[in-house]
Amino acid sequence: MLNKILEIHNLHISFKTFGGEVQAVRGVNLDLYEGETLAIVGESGCGKSVTASSIMRLIPTPPGQIKEGSILFKGQDMTKCSDKKMRGIRGVDISMIFQDPMTALNPTLTVGDQLTEGLRQHRRVTKKEADAQAVDMLNLVGIPNPDERMKQYPYQFSGGMRQRIVIAMALICEPELLIADEPTTALDVTIQAQILQLFNKIQKETGVSIILITHDLGVVAKVADRIAVMYAGKVVETGTRREIFYEPQHPYTKGLLHSVPRLDQKGEKLIPIDGTPPDLFSPPEGCPFTARCPAAMEVCSRIYPYSTVRSETHEVDCWLQDERAEKYSATIQS
Amino acid sequence: MVTYILKRLVYMIVTVFIIATLTFFLMNLIPGSPFNEERTTNAAVQQNLEEHYHLNEPLAVQYILYLKSIITLDFGPSIKQPTETVNSLLGRGFPISAELGIWTVLIALVSGVALGVFAALKHNHLIDYMAMTIAVLGISIPNFVLATMLIQQLAVQLEWLPAATWSSPAHMVLPVLALATGPMAIIARLTRSSMLETLTQDYIKTARAKGLSPYKVVVKHALKNALMPVVTIMGTLLAGILTGTFVIEKIFAIPGMGKYFVEGINQRDYPVIMGTTVFYSAFLVFMLFLVDIAYGFLDPRIKLHKEGGSS
Repeated sequence: MLNKILEIHNLHISFKTFGGEVQAVRGVNLDLYEGETLAIVGESGCGKSVTASSIMRLIPTPPGQIKEGSILFKGQDMTKCSDKKMRGIRGVDISMIFQDPMTALNPTLTVGDQLTEGLRQHRRVTKKEADAQAVDMLNLVGIPNPDERMKQYPYQFSGGMRQRIVIAMALICEPELLIADEPTTALDVTIQAQILQLFNKIQKETGVSIILITHDLGVVAKVADRIAVMYAGKVVETGTRREIFYEPQHPYTKGLLHSVPRLDQKGEKLIPIDGTPPDLFSPPEGCPFTARCPAAMEVCSRIYPYSTVRSETHEVDCWLQDERAEKYSATIQS
Repeated sequence: MVTYILKRLVYMIVTVFIIATLTFFLMNLIPGSPFNEERTTNAAVQQNLEEHYHLNEPLAVQYILYLKSIITLDFGPSIKQPTETVNSLLGRGFPISAELGIWTVLIALVSGVALGVFAALKHNHLIDYMAMTIAVLGISIPNFVLATMLIQQLAVQLEWLPAATWSSPAHMVLPVLALATGPMAIIARLTRSSMLETLTQDYIKTARAKGLSPYKVVVKHALKNALMPVVTIMGTLLAGILTGTFVIEKIFAIPGMGKYFVEGINQRDYPVIMGTTVFYSAFLVFMLFLVDIAYGFLDPRIKLHKEGGSS
């Protein structure tokens, strides 16, 4: 845990739709240190993908808009970069991997062409050098016969192979930050495991920082150093993997962990979180989890809780952390 | 690939044969004959003429003679213009029609695709609405109406361009414009919708995430995929342009193939009708074949041959 490579402060992102303005991200604070893997977890629509895309300014504007806040990548504010400068950062300093490898590759271009085009755009290399580097990259991600494979088209590869190519493509310019948006969701479980191992290997070899977006806690447990739990456009709890899995504080985090099936506890029923997330057209004033929270108090619906710092790495936004909360929660439960 | 081409060649020959046969019998169903005019000729002369052109033979014999003429590629002399052979008419008319057709296809394709791409990139902006208004107008105005309007405005009123005939580049502007507007509009609409769909694809996001320039993202990644439907309808459009040339050549008094074709029908000039029809259909079938080949180049997933599979 050395230097911060990325600092997101009070980020607000909205999307204008015909129905009104959706406040997808509502004041997110996140830090990422060099060489670590941060997992952002949360259910669909909680703003995790939007937050990640905004780092590279890949949100379609309009309708999307960064309303407020800053995204500092190595001290430079991404929200204020020119488009041209942004293009120089994309793929070079920050790379992104998308969810579905079946659609993330252009079906009409060879794999080799797609692998090298980023390199040729950003670095002064000949086609030969670029090809050689691409072959090295394919070797790194574990694709056999890379020389031959370079000339093939995406349809000639399986899903897992394609995701390896997508990863190779993201890493070819040696970025310092890799954002992986649900990189294993579209893959079957055995391939998932291989891809996650690959992430670990790559991080060890290149020292790249990774932001991993997922709703799969199994994936998180395998690769994340730290975890940020998002709910309704806010980060409600951050902590190390150990802290989140063994000492979850936020009722939502607890709820998420309860709803994961476990192999070691036979016959136990899953406990789902009742209800649905709030409508982000008009998000609630207080804690957005109030309506679904088993320990909700009066104050929860009115004022958003302040952050409670439990350790150097563990932060929670919940009124239950307040000293005065205990007697209230006792009365609620009885 | 070679097997595929040979197979297609056989199909093409069969297609042209069927068209030729149909044309022959349909033509003979039309009442009248080349020598059946208001001004009656001497019965003996008429009989001599019919004998000369084998028109007195039974239909089956005529049909076989006709097939022979197709195979030998010699359609014989024109009945109405005895100094000309059908081949010489085609030889003179085709280059002119081809020039008109090529310019039309080029202009329709380039401007249609450009219009569609700009409309898609500026989706729901002024440029989009303007482009689509032009496209709707282009689709709904028939080319002969457009042709007469263009002549009236640009040639007669403003006297900017010559109204008819075919001798200099300036003469080409109006006919090409009249002929290209319809296909251009269709291509523009198709490109726009296809482009809008392609731009939402994940691989476009991937391309942008690589830091590629907007030009590369649009042209290299999006356009190549978006052009698939355009290529698909190119065959139909080519047929449309081809038949469009008949009307346009007539309106602008262009001495192309279409003119001989229409005159041939009006005068029941059997060899001319047969010759032009077979030529046109062979040409069109060949163009459709080229379109299919182009398909395979644009999208590697479309295999033109069965040999070998994906690994």
